[in-house]
Amino acid sequence: MSETNFAFVATSEKPQLPPPQGTTGAVGWVRENLFSSPLNTILTLLSLFVVYSTIPGVVNWAFVNSVWNANSLDECRALTENGACWAVIRERYHQFLFGFYPSELYWRPLLAFGLLFVALVPALWDGMPKRSVALIGSMAYPFVAFWLIWGGLGLEPVSSTKLGGLLLTMIIGVSGISFSLPIGIVLALSRSSNLPIVKSLAVIFIEFIRGVPLITLLFVAHVLLNYFLPKGVNFDIVLRVVIMVTLFASAYMAEVIRGGLAALPKGQYEAADALGLGYWQSMRLIILPQAMKISIPGIVNTFIGLFKDTTLVLIIGLMDPLGLVAPTLADQRWNGIYVELYAFIAFMFFIFCFAMSRYSMYLERKLHTGHR
Amino acid sequence: MSTSTVPADNSFQLSQLWRDARYRSYTIQIIALILALSVVMMLISNAVENLEALGKDFNFGFLFEPAGYGIDQVLVEYTASSEHWKAALVGLLNTLLVAFLACLAATVIGVFVGVLRLSNNWVVSRLMAVYIEGVRNVPLLLQILAWYAIFIHVFPKPKQAEPILGGALVATNRGFYIPGFTYEGAYLAVVAVFLASIAGIFIFRSWAKKRQEDTGQILPVGLYSLGLLIVPTALVYFIAGMPIGLEFPTLKGFNYVGGTKAGTPLIALWFALSIYSAAFVAEIVRAGIMAISKGQSEAAYALGLRPQRTMSLVVLPQSLRIIIPPMISNYLNITKNSSLAIAVGYMDLTGTLGGITLNQTGREMECMLLLMATYLVISLSISGVMNYYNESVKLKGR
Amino acid sequence: MKKMILPVALGAAFAATSLSAATAGTLEDVQERGTLRCAVSTGLAGFSYTDENGKWQGFDVDYCRAVAAAVLGDADAVEFSPTTGKTRFTALASGEVDILSRNTTWTYSRDADLKFTFLGVNYYDGQGFMVKKSLGVTSAKELDGATVCIQTGTTTELNLSDYFTAQGMSYEPLSIETNTEGRANYLADACDVYTTDASGLAASRATFENAADHIILPEIISKEPLGPLVRHGDDQWADIGRWVLNAMKIAEEKGITAANADDMAATSQDPEVKRLLGASGEMGAAIGLDNNFALVAIKAVGNYGESFERHLGTQTKVNLARGLNASWTEGGLQYAPPFR
Repeated sequence: MSETNFAFVATSEKPQLPPPQGTTGAVGWVRENLFSSPLNTILTLLSLFVVYSTIPGVVNWAFVNSVWNANSLDECRALTENGACWAVIRERYHQFLFGFYPSELYWRPLLAFGLLFVALVPALWDGMPKRSVALIGSMAYPFVAFWLIWGGLGLEPVSSTKLGGLLLTMIIGVSGISFSLPIGIVLALSRSSNLPIVKSLAVIFIEFIRGVPLITLLFVAHVLLNYFLPKGVNFDIVLRVVIMVTLFASAYMAEVIRGGLAALPKGQYEAADALGLGYWQSMRLIILPQAMKISIPGIVNTFIGLFKDTTLVLIIGLMDPLGLVAPTLADQRWNGIYVELYAFIAFMFFIFCFAMSRYSMYLERKLHTGHR
Repeated sequence: MSTSTVPADNSFQLSQLWRDARYRSYTIQIIALILALSVVMMLISNAVENLEALGKDFNFGFLFEPAGYGIDQVLVEYTASSEHWKAALVGLLNTLLVAFLACLAATVIGVFVGVLRLSNNWVVSRLMAVYIEGVRNVPLLLQILAWYAIFIHVFPKPKQAEPILGGALVATNRGFYIPGFTYEGAYLAVVAVFLASIAGIFIFRSWAKKRQEDTGQILPVGLYSLGLLIVPTALVYFIAGMPIGLEFPTLKGFNYVGGTKAGTPLIALWFALSIYSAAFVAEIVRAGIMAISKGQSEAAYALGLRPQRTMSLVVLPQSLRIIIPPMISNYLNITKNSSLAIAVGYMDLTGTLGGITLNQTGREMECMLLLMATYLVISLSISGVMNYYNESVKLKGR
Repeated sequence: MKKMILPVALGAAFAATSLSAATAGTLEDVQERGTLRCAVSTGLAGFSYTDENGKWQGFDVDYCRAVAAAVLGDADAVEFSPTTGKTRFTALASGEVDILSRNTTWTYSRDADLKFTFLGVNYYDGQGFMVKKSLGVTSAKELDGATVCIQTGTTTELNLSDYFTAQGMSYEPLSIETNTEGRANYLADACDVYTTDASGLAASRATFENAADHIILPEIISKEPLGPLVRHGDDQWADIGRWVLNAMKIAEEKGITAANADDMAATSQDPEVKRLLGASGEMGAAIGLDNNFALVAIKAVGNYGESFERHLGTQTKVNLARGLNASWTEGGLQYAPPFR
């Protein structure tokens, strides 16, 4: 080949040009994600309009124009036209947290609440050293909390009628959660066992509980339970509610766990049998750990549902946070202040439920080890 | 299980009841049965004893005594002098009404939100996430109370309310009024013809489908169906002298009268139930769509199916199998949650039978039994439908 | 399955702590427990409400305190159970509370059918109607077609339907659970009329911003004798409740107040006063209490008139005149049987 005169020969690779503007960076992202089609554009604009028309109003109401210092709704209204009157929360937050619990004894529920997290650590943190020892300690928690809250054995006794607010929610919720799980496991095992009588008893119980609304069970706790107990035996109303809520949640729990048991491939059961494991051994070592893993999202959802359902106790006259709205409104000074109260209570519940649902998502991701 | 190396001998020892796998299951079952029966017996005998001690008897005669209380929202004829059983019936119908409406609305909103939640549009998908999380994590009872408070404070009182949509809707803080039907003369004929034409459409459609499969000819089914729906009914309607009329709500005295009223308690409950449950429906729909692997639709494209047919023939049937069971149990939850009506004074079954009737008659045992039995029947029928469906779409084999 | 032990053991622990003596009378139960369990309204201005310290106050609450003082010597040894119109009877019937003091109307069927014993009348009331002035209504007879806010589970519910039927009028009921809800609905115009006992109407009106914009119609459509009640079958306990109430009324007749009760006990020459305050005779023993049970009760909450004036009277926001509830010596109906 003779030498030819080329105008230009690249001797090295040219640096790559950036992609055309409008397909990268913020602009590109916006184009791709928000305005990719007419429909998408409309949706985006609509959403932005919704955000625009709600957020500033809410922020103004809740923060900018709100009043924290006032003695009555009238005073609030005099101070601000369209702001929230958080003064009522400021005045009564202790009632919403503790109900009518004696204020000099607030340290007891607070301590119980703090210990709850200590007790939860071994259950939630699986890398903990000496976890099995700590777990047994966690199991003593309900007794300690019971003693701290109701008193007795050296502590000044506090009656159930004094319990209310978030404290009551926590009592019902936490005891419901911690008792419904073991009962639910037993029910689920019974229902999926091959013993016809045990199985049908479990089916009757589960279907009965799941077939009626919680509120009717609470009515039973409130109205009828005393008829069904021997004369003279009288359960405390809070305990009766805890029993009913626990039964209710354990039926749902049982179904969630049964779903997990059913989702396990048959080979797992057969493998356990082949290893010569007995029923309890195979359940404990092979089946349940896997089934529980599958059912974790469902279990946590049941917990969240249970926690929200505790508000129903207001219908039988217990003073949970929502139940405390009525006595607050009955005070002449705070007559008509429902929005702030509802918002505050909604916020309290949201924090707890949202935290639980995030934790369940985290667990789901962590345990998602490509099963099946 | 394990086979014994010792030859089975016939002498039976008591310890075998527990140690021998052959007998153990019987032992456990009999113990469980005895335990369960004795608990039930104890509860019943306690109840009998306690009722006797209080001098109360157990009978349902009270159901046939006049109830003596008024109910605002009724679907059947009811006055304060009607009997208690009629009040209970009104309550039952009200429960079913609000449950049905809420299931419908929750499904529509939920599917919409669920699809938008999956959208690539960041703003929309975030907004839907905020809605779902915000609604799911706040107790339903609070939402019902809040919606009720909003409805009675935001909408105008009847005297200031303006009918909108040409008088077809009046929104007041006591409820929404829409025109109602008035019936006279031979209205039954019109209704009968209407029902008959609906049946006719179904028959026609299956015939058209068969014809298409046999001959390949496609009929304009939609157009024919529409004609079948309208023409015969309209003909009979005019021949019979327009026996069915519309009655518009008008302001008379304190309230709007005439037409159909949906009271604020019903509307608020319906809203709260729908919006709350829609968040769950949205999550179900999202999970259902995400569960279908992309390979399915790619395979369908590879076979030459168009997107619409891919959706209707490949993706949808598979995701429906995942979506429908939790959807039905969600409907079940809606029905049970409708019992929270009591918080806003909507007279559902819990409000009448388990509420006022129980209170005015003092028949706790009878009322609660009836109440729970009714809910149980409703729930079991719904789960019966679900089991039937599950059975019919179950993946065969494995 | 270690976990299973937990609920079982805890349940047993609960059961053991809450087992109460099987057949003892209510008085023994209360004394053993050291507190009186009293059901009150969840919130009705003047009658029962909680102040910002969470302490129960009101006319009905005072009665509970008086009984606690008489039985236990301590007016604060009361556990209050807030109840709604609907839950109150079951709370009493199931033995959850010892006494129900929640503006409850004494009727035949509640006495005979629901198996309760009424202890007397602490407030003579009647059912009335409250409307907004702007409605232009001056008589209940003009209420045809109105929406009525009505508390469920009360006698008012039945009276209302009787009244409208008798007048040949129709109404649309809006059922509510508590007085607080009733007020909220009425103020928001969710109903035209709010009906309940006239005292309740006055109490509610007192809390309104512009009380003058609301009028209570002249018609009183029922007799509502309100009083405390207990379960059938424990006559001693009923006697205690009845005579604490009567003692408060007699104290007013005789001019005994919380402030001068001790003096009166020491110096009064009136034989009935001396018997009442335990200065002579052995009157308390007959119902299983100390002789000075009435003295302690009156010292704790004052006489009937004092309690009335403190919570309901014209000096309070509720602003109720004594009217029918004046002592019989003043021309009212409050007339206690003699203490002898």
